[in-house]
Amino acid sequence: MRKCYFDHVATNPLDPVVLDAMMPYFKESFGNPLSIYDIGSQAREAIEGAREDVAKLVNARTSAIVFTASGAEANNFALRGIALAKQNQGKHIIVSKVEHHSILNSARFLEKSGFVVTYLPVDKHGMVDPEVLKKSITKETVLVSITMASSEVGSIEPMKDIVKVAKESGVAVHADGVAAVGNIPVDVKELDIDLMSMAAHQFYGPKGAGALYVKEGTRIVPLIYGGIQEGGRRAGTENVPAIVGMGKAAEITRNDLSARMENVKKLRDRIIKGIADMPNVYLTGHPEQRLPHHASYVVEFIEGEAMMLMLSVKGIYAASGSACSSKALKSSPVLLSLGVPTALAQGSIVFTLGKGNSDEDVDYFLQEFPQVVKKLRDMSPFAKGWGDGAQADKS
Amino acid sequence: MKFVSDVKADVTADIVYMMCPMHLLKLDEMIKTLDTGQVLEILTDYDGALEDIPAWCEKTGNDFLGLDEDESFYKFYVKKLV
Repeated sequence: MRKCYFDHVATNPLDPVVLDAMMPYFKESFGNPLSIYDIGSQAREAIEGAREDVAKLVNARTSAIVFTASGAEANNFALRGIALAKQNQGKHIIVSKVEHHSILNSARFLEKSGFVVTYLPVDKHGMVDPEVLKKSITKETVLVSITMASSEVGSIEPMKDIVKVAKESGVAVHADGVAAVGNIPVDVKELDIDLMSMAAHQFYGPKGAGALYVKEGTRIVPLIYGGIQEGGRRAGTENVPAIVGMGKAAEITRNDLSARMENVKKLRDRIIKGIADMPNVYLTGHPEQRLPHHASYVVEFIEGEAMMLMLSVKGIYAASGSACSSKALKSSPVLLSLGVPTALAQGSIVFTLGKGNSDEDVDYFLQEFPQVVKKLRDMSPFAKGWGDGAQADKS
Repeated sequence: MKFVSDVKADVTADIVYMMCPMHLLKLDEMIKTLDTGQVLEILTDYDGALEDIPAWCEKTGNDFLGLDEDESFYKFYVKKLV
């Protein structure tokens, strides 16, 4: 049976070239980067090389990259670190309603710690309106944190305008770039953002490696206390193989990104066009300003979980909402914030393509997906009386 | 402890919220970039620096000019002598 991995937003397979680059740091070059003998300095030099590669991917200064263990850690670090560092200036932060749980739950933690959080609404495509942001900024606002692109609905936020509005009031901006970096070009200098989170496994690097871009001159309270790793900003002996892998993946991505984007966009557009005529199947997120590999839908009368399971039996791997929401069997807060009705939001299904996918995968998908939807609708009590009237009458 | 104000620094190292012993590592790194007679300003919130930086100056033969306090961090001034 054909296997079609269409869940690249959950994670990507490790590039074999990246694995090769990592292997020496599991084996002969296993030293602690803080040790002064040769295997220690080999590890230290490897980390600094990786820092340079990650910095180049997003056009940052090398010293502005702080390695973390994940994108979620980078998000926690950014929100809590900036809020605490700036609490003498004000205790108000702004996030959008379509943020990842690592942002939303960090914001809730800060609320419990005495901060005031504004959760910005979004439009039907999941886009933040910079004018609404402008009205939400107060004299107490110290941080705006907005996702650069939504992993759930694929929309790419108007980051430039968001930063412009925040900077007019002297407010720092954090961008959750986890779903964006590696999938679209990102230039932190051009955007003039202060902080940005990234995760290696989103661009064919290993899990267990992430990074936070911290613009030079930005004060941030550490999330993890201990030694002087990462310039005294993130303690803990570094996961050297994973960091090396992140660097290698960043280097490859920098060279391949244009071709990668072109390829996945072509396949993604075939999917969108191929199921455009399916009744009561709605594309979520922005129709144009969206990640090139991302096609997300809500399918009426059936549940995303059921679709996911039935597709997986056919070797097609997709997501329903975010990986976290999907596991929790609840309606995605992101879809609800777009104004998608609760019942419809249950029918969420997300297809995200990657460099391993082919036209044959899309052919297979376009053959199987309508059948899965039909089969589930035939079983669904919610589908009765809808559309295929004859069938509904018979049952 | 010697307190000073309005010291004109040639170079500033802002290591507020960075963990110990970054204050000593940064001091050592930055002082090497200065010319003799120039003044380095170190901004830190680490209380241990109150002992460490004067002691480092004494040990290395540089001049500890003193410190100033901001609302939430210290400003240490070191003149490069050697």
